[in-house]
Amino acid sequence: MFKDLFGKPKYVTVRSRERHDRDDISPDSHLWTKCTNCNAIIFNKKLVENLMVCPECNYHFRISARDRLAITVDEDSFQEFARDIQSEDPLGFPQYREKLLQAKIKTGLDEAVITGEAAIDNMPVVIGVMDFTFLGGSMGSVVGEKITIAAERSLETQRPLILFTTAGGARMQEGLVSLMQMAKTSAAVRRLDKAGILYICVMTDPTSGGVTASFASIADIIIAETGALIAFAGPRVIKQTISADLPEGFQRAEFLLEHGMVDMVVDRKDMRSQLARILKIHVQGVRYCG
Amino acid sequence: MVNNILDFEKPLIELAAKIKELQSFMDEKGLDLSEEINRLMERAEKLQKEIYADLDTMQIIQIARHPNRPTASDYAKYIFDDFIEIHGDRKFGDDKAMLGGIGLINNQAFTFLGHQKGKTTKENLSRNFGMPHPEGYRKALRLMKQAEKFGRPIISLINTPGAYPGIGAEERGQAEAIARNLMVMSDLKVPIIVVVTGEGGSGGALGIGLGDRIMMLEYSYYSVSTPEACAAIIWKNAEKAPEAAEALKINAKALKKLGIIDRIIKEPVGGAHKNPEMSAKLLKTAILEEYEELKKFSVEELIENRYQKYRKIGEFSYKSDDEMLKEEVE
Repeated sequence: MFKDLFGKPKYVTVRSRERHDRDDISPDSHLWTKCTNCNAIIFNKKLVENLMVCPECNYHFRISARDRLAITVDEDSFQEFARDIQSEDPLGFPQYREKLLQAKIKTGLDEAVITGEAAIDNMPVVIGVMDFTFLGGSMGSVVGEKITIAAERSLETQRPLILFTTAGGARMQEGLVSLMQMAKTSAAVRRLDKAGILYICVMTDPTSGGVTASFASIADIIIAETGALIAFAGPRVIKQTISADLPEGFQRAEFLLEHGMVDMVVDRKDMRSQLARILKIHVQGVRYCG
Repeated sequence: MVNNILDFEKPLIELAAKIKELQSFMDEKGLDLSEEINRLMERAEKLQKEIYADLDTMQIIQIARHPNRPTASDYAKYIFDDFIEIHGDRKFGDDKAMLGGIGLINNQAFTFLGHQKGKTTKENLSRNFGMPHPEGYRKALRLMKQAEKFGRPIISLINTPGAYPGIGAEERGQAEAIARNLMVMSDLKVPIIVVVTGEGGSGGALGIGLGDRIMMLEYSYYSVSTPEACAAIIWKNAEKAPEAAEALKINAKALKKLGIIDRIIKEPVGGAHKNPEMSAKLLKTAILEEYEELKKFSVEELIENRYQKYRKIGEFSYKSDDEMLKEEVE
């Protein structure tokens, strides 16, 4: 089933244009890709079939928001909302408008997050998926607004909220306006929290900075995708600060599980079914009402 | 003190030295140079006004980072009639980079929070240069919940280069600690008055910085990242920090114009460190004035206003129907 969804022309993953812009898929040829982790040569057809996970070492390549949606929600169930919101340039930051335009052309996306209503195993949800290729998945006004709208939509419709995160952090070019999106999104999540609506966050590679330090870390259930880097401060900054080597596996999904920061680490191939299982317990399970 | 002279203050220092020299010369020789001295003093005053009226952002940052700049504990001492420090997060430790306590002003109880820098190298090492670990944010969280329980408004003073980027901080959930504070502060049932008194360094600042009123001292800055880090990320060149400092719009005036902060609090001429007591007085007046305003709201109004305050931050536009339709077709 995954393969079918994944293979839909609208969601084709390995386009040569896209591949060359992504740093973690080596543009060796149009036919095969060298695994970033184990150097195995993988035929692209095989890699796509395997949901962009190395069949040899289970290394999870980063995938786009569109592909993520395709392998996560029921076919044809996704109804995008808030797509018409686009970035402005609140600070008049040098080259920001050009960079936005480049990112739009490069990714075919309007911003670093897609939000909408969808269903997983026929259970309705509100879903938001971030995309790292759009300016490093950074959170500026639009990402903050769309995440907030998603939370508010979830509150209105009483549907569980599922957010897939990947981000370098707050968007530099919008300065403090970006930083304040941390407050705005966290406040919106608080309203869900108070209303008793389930919020699941799936942290994918990489999730860091202001996104980790706001709405991502306050979900009811936090799932980390296998091998994902999850951090407040990135490894380079830490290494620079402490001038020492970092421990093996530091800030990886498994490390966070070990330290009690996430609920579970899940492989990409199991993500959809795992979400469905959680939703099922949540939606169908009879509750104690006293 | 000599070590702590800022570059742009040098002409002033030189002028002051000259005036002193003339004065001692006058006393020695019994000559009347008072006219000359008065002229120089007038010039010094004018020069000082000129220099401080036209500081660029990097110069403001220098003042904000000044080693003698009053710290949270200095302000606590001046602002409160009585102040008691409270320690520990009850989970892991007591973070000395985060000051917390309770105090009285004119018989009104407040809970007080603030990043705590040191003034000497030794003190700075123990205070971790005002960069909290998760336990600092969790101490703040504990005190905030207690403030809510006992109906004490919160004063939170921000002065940090950022939350500490270290191994232990990551292991213990720096991101979660900050995120949780944001979530809890967003609907805490007591007024929260926030003042950036020095450095407002990114998420580490915001971690105790969500509130009903956000104010900044005149020579403080508040930024998504340090200008140095921003320049390194955007232009791959940390030496472009001055350009980044201007582009990021991080000084009080620029942020007031952007509508993110509510009020700028004046500092004594030359910066808060020239007269900490006066600076504390100005700070206290502003805090009490804002509290008088916030007191007028019911708890429900307070929380709804706070939500809307942040809800509306962000600048974006909507695509026209034509644009959307065109994209659909494509």
